[in-house]
Amino acid sequence: MQALEENQQRYTVSIFTEDKVGLLSRITAIFTRRKINVDSLTVSETENKGISRFTVVIRTTPDRIGVIVRQIEKQVEVLKAFYYSDEQIVYQELALYKMPTEAFAGSQVVEKIIRDNYARVITIEPEFIVIEKTGHEEETMKLFNELKPYGVLSFVRSGRIAIAKPMKLLKVHLEELENISAF
Amino acid sequence: MGMLLQEEAELSTAINSQTLMGECIMEKKGISGAEAVVLSLLAEGVECVFGYPGGAIMPVYDALYDYRDRLQHFLVRHEQGAAHAAQGYARVKRRAGVCMATSGPGATNLITGIADAMIDSTPIVCITGQVGKHLLGTDAFQETDVIGISMPITKWNYQVTRAEEIPEAIAKAFYIAQSGRPGPVLVDITKNAQTEIFDFQYRKCTKIRSYFPKRKVDLSAVERAAALINNAERPFMLIGHGVVLSGAQAEVKEMAEKAGIPVASTLLGLSAMSVHHPQYVGYLGMHGNYGPNVLTNECDVLIAVGMRFDDRVTGRLDGYAKQAKVIHIEIDPAEIDKNVKTEVAVVADAKEALQALLPLLEVKRYPEWMAKFKECDATEREKVILKDFAPTTSLPKMAEVIRMLSQMTQGKAIIATDVGQHQMMATRYYEFDEPYSNITSGGLGTMGFCLPAAIGAKIGCPDRQVVAVIGDGGFQMTLQELGVIMQYNIPVKILLLNNNFLGMVRQWQQLFFERRYSSVDIQNPDFVKLAESYYIPARRVDNREELGKALEEMLNSQSAYFLEVMVEKEDNVFPMVPSGASVAEIRLE
Repeated sequence: MQALEENQQRYTVSIFTEDKVGLLSRITAIFTRRKINVDSLTVSETENKGISRFTVVIRTTPDRIGVIVRQIEKQVEVLKAFYYSDEQIVYQELALYKMPTEAFAGSQVVEKIIRDNYARVITIEPEFIVIEKTGHEEETMKLFNELKPYGVLSFVRSGRIAIAKPMKLLKVHLEELENISAF
Repeated sequence: MGMLLQEEAELSTAINSQTLMGECIMEKKGISGAEAVVLSLLAEGVECVFGYPGGAIMPVYDALYDYRDRLQHFLVRHEQGAAHAAQGYARVKRRAGVCMATSGPGATNLITGIADAMIDSTPIVCITGQVGKHLLGTDAFQETDVIGISMPITKWNYQVTRAEEIPEAIAKAFYIAQSGRPGPVLVDITKNAQTEIFDFQYRKCTKIRSYFPKRKVDLSAVERAAALINNAERPFMLIGHGVVLSGAQAEVKEMAEKAGIPVASTLLGLSAMSVHHPQYVGYLGMHGNYGPNVLTNECDVLIAVGMRFDDRVTGRLDGYAKQAKVIHIEIDPAEIDKNVKTEVAVVADAKEALQALLPLLEVKRYPEWMAKFKECDATEREKVILKDFAPTTSLPKMAEVIRMLSQMTQGKAIIATDVGQHQMMATRYYEFDEPYSNITSGGLGTMGFCLPAAIGAKIGCPDRQVVAVIGDGGFQMTLQELGVIMQYNIPVKILLLNNNFLGMVRQWQQLFFERRYSSVDIQNPDFVKLAESYYIPARRVDNREELGKALEEMLNSQSAYFLEVMVEKEDNVFPMVPSGASVAEIRLE
């Protein structure tokens, strides 16, 4: 995990948008313009058809995060954007590890590592085995470090996905916006 | 609400449709996408377009030929001129200006104008041609990713690849450009979409699900604002471009008169309040008036209307109005607390917010507080203004020229300015007495803005005198647009203040770089001959005796006129808040 500079905090930004070409650039430009590195980013369709959710993890200061999120929300095709600290969300990442099949032969060490880390094997091929692990970055990295001596051929980690703890639904937020708006 | 809870996974019906369109207001069966572009513009009430043809936009130009009696096209000489002309037109006409360019270099040449329109909230609709859909991403001839390039400097942009998309894309473009906080939009249309045949129907866009351009006035916020203002001892009101855009000039005046509040304007707010109004105390910012700048740090309630606390207004933020409670009336929620923390934010259109606020305000007078502005004025007059009018050579000073122009036009002309010393002198000394009269590049500071913007303003407002006040540096960035003035007989008056220097940069080098004049000594052509080569009557004046007569001749000319005034070479603009200093550290000399 990237170190935090002074006054910086890690924020998870959830952005609900129309499913439109080019919005990804429009949103990332708001970060790049301020020289903010995006630590992770995932996009998927939400429970509402035609509406996408961007989940972006960035580091910035408490002063700036509100300003940045309002700039995102200002984009015509963005419905609503929220930002959260880690305590306000439930979040997960997914990691895949490709190991040589021979690492499992003749020893139960690797198997024990998988068991202890609550990971699972999802593919077995004559030459390699793919292990899957969900969790926080610290957890998926811990497994990586433990597997490393046995020869990790390839390792990939997804961006963070997150669900906010507050119970207010997106549509309620949007209705509130509707109610205070004049058209 | 009960029903909504049952259908938790679905959005409410009010926001179910992505885009709401009005009644069909125009239709025509079996037409090309190109003709649909032209008809869409006509359906939006567009009367003129500034543009330049080229390969990927040729079908649209072909369609324009059929409609040339209803939609006038002004052929600029460089696409940057088209964008600035559309801006000038939009500023005086209070509706979107339209510009058009081909793909590749045509589109990239628009970029400076689009960026200028973005930062100065000017509604323009840019239409660019694009290579055919099958060629996208192949590095085809004149293919440029203009959607990608223009993304950060447009309020919205969209690439059309099928003719059927054209009417809705253009309807959305106009709606987005002109609603809420206005701005530039760009519609990129692939060549195949221009030639495809389809049945055209035009509906205006009335709403977009994800777009909330304007809020209702929050009455509780207005009440809190009124309470602060009514209890203030030294209230101070700042007006910006938002006042001009929302047409809130009358409300500002009424508020100033009723509540006795002194009013200062930002660069882009100029002309929203007559400079002769007793409550008007001057102009803010780096080269603004002394009083409004220093007294910002003495007011107790600061009421900012339709402005965004640009760094040229605030100077160093930690030295800006720290003692004051700030009321920010602003249409764009992203501006609230961006630079200056507010006590009360009223996120609304300036006119609507002030209309709600006015009845809640008590009648007040602040004679001692107003007197402070007068004292500052006296200081500024003594230290700056007298010098600005005191000749040291036989050449006129910029301030003299502007004041004379101001008197001869009774402050009623539209003044377009470029960027630099002449801009600051023009905005300091032109006594604006008529709204919608100040056309300048504020946020972006675009040299080359003035001439094409003045052309657009004159086309938008043919009955008013339009004077392009311009420096010798900026003029040479877009002087090719003299060709437009020539070709279409546009009676723009061009007043070139020539000091044979890039004056503002030279001033900075004098003050902050030990007079190391690096690349500011500019060798100029014979501007009079240049103007004459475009068949524009032209004259050069290099003494104050001839100045009045020459200005008179320029203003009385029925055609365009080019007047070059040789001005004092090393004149400086004061007051000045040095970059990075606080407004209280404003320099008078």
